[in-house]
Amino acid sequence: MRNKFAILGLAGAGLLALLLGSRVWADEFTKEDAARWEKEYMSVVATGRELWTSPKLGTNGVACAQCHPNAANTHPETYPKFQKQLGRVIALRDMINWCLRNPLEGQPLAQDDPKMIALEAYVAYERRGVPLVPGKH
Amino acid sequence: MRDFNLSRRQFLKSTAAVAAAGVVPTSLVKVALASPAESFTFAYISDAHIQHIKGTSFVRNWDRGLIRAAAETNLLEPKPDFVLFGGDLAQLGTKAELDHGAEIMSAVGYKTYYVMGEHDYYLDLGEYWSKLFGPQYYSFDHKGVHFVVLNSVLTFDDWTFNRWPTAEQRMLEMAGLDNPNGSPFMVGDKQREWLKANLDKVSKGTPVVVVSHSPLQKIYKGWNFWTEDAEQIQALLKPFSKATVLYGHVHQIHYNQIGNITFHSVMATAWPWPYPQSYAQAQHHLPEITVPINRADPFFERDATGWQFIDAATGRVTMRYNLYNNTGRTVAFNTTTGRPEDRIYQDPARRILPQLHY
Repeated sequence: MRNKFAILGLAGAGLLALLLGSRVWADEFTKEDAARWEKEYMSVVATGRELWTSPKLGTNGVACAQCHPNAANTHPETYPKFQKQLGRVIALRDMINWCLRNPLEGQPLAQDDPKMIALEAYVAYERRGVPLVPGKH
Repeated sequence: MRDFNLSRRQFLKSTAAVAAAGVVPTSLVKVALASPAESFTFAYISDAHIQHIKGTSFVRNWDRGLIRAAAETNLLEPKPDFVLFGGDLAQLGTKAELDHGAEIMSAVGYKTYYVMGEHDYYLDLGEYWSKLFGPQYYSFDHKGVHFVVLNSVLTFDDWTFNRWPTAEQRMLEMAGLDNPNGSPFMVGDKQREWLKANLDKVSKGTPVVVVSHSPLQKIYKGWNFWTEDAEQIQALLKPFSKATVLYGHVHQIHYNQIGNITFHSVMATAWPWPYPQSYAQAQHHLPEITVPINRADPFFERDATGWQFIDAATGRVTMRYNLYNNTGRTVAFNTTTGRPEDRIYQDPARRILPQLHY
């Protein structure tokens, strides 16, 4: 049975290759592709940096960067980790939301909010080169 | 929550003992001269960053830090001879912020000397601040000690006068600690000439205490833990047998010894800052002898803010850092090694995990 599907699959792939000539869709990419993806990532990092320094993210004008210049003392390489003040293992985004609620007196972001992704991208970028140490306090 | 009487009792009884539980976010400075009759203390409050939201509302967190400092300074026993405010009373230099900060500080029942911070300065170049508090640099003598207060947050004229379309933008650009559009702090030619003339009249055996907002030593340029002409100021202090520099701005414990000059930072009442080594992309020069404060617990609003006694026995300085939610620290001049050292933690074997910043 498994063989039959495998043969069908091979036949299908062969047909596709025939239809597309020499074009390959996966597993091969060019320097230009990599440069474009890097640019996409850096544009989200830039959005994250804007949010990080924005007085508008919360309600009281306080910005993340006021206490965390260059996102220092956020330690993204240590998450998920046991956050002693909350008594459970949490992700960095949970701490971002904690800060939004408390020092910034604002509303938390949804986990998949593009703003949350941008904030995480910025924090990680400022921490580039540091080895992962999940769980470290 | 620790009660204030505990720390006051500890202050009263302690000369050698390290305060285990300090709670006043100001610095009490004890200047003990060779003659005990001339010993005196002063309190040091710094970096309140009063931040206006709109109308009559201000950021509660920062307000509470300064209100607490002002109230507790009044409870100090022995009473300080005066108070120093180390700069950054405001966040964005507005009249609303400076007025609100001045009103909170008006609760302090002692003569108060003010230092200019960049957050006070770059909206109107210190004009309103000067109306409230007087000259931006000056000196005074107190019981045999010569104090000099500098405005160390000036920068290149081109940046100040030609770079920005509005004063508000100039203020915002300088207010971001990590903003690459910022500019290095400096005392500048004019003030250095004044300082030289001022110090020329002081005998070289007189203890001198120089107070500035930014460190008059170079630690990390990216966050302006830095004064561009620091070496030139240090050169002016070199002839004095006992020179001390006290600075704010950094919101953390630093201490250092460069030649004859002892350096100490004071804590903020608003919030703590990361040490430069916490920024993985930075090249920094945190003084090697500095044992950092414990990493802050953000769940305690006032953690890693605090105050310090400064006791300058025979013209040398002893800092007593009394810190909220954090064990107190004493950093004293060690006459044997000729540098300031933490009474408990200087030996690397005695350091504790929370002092590791990464």
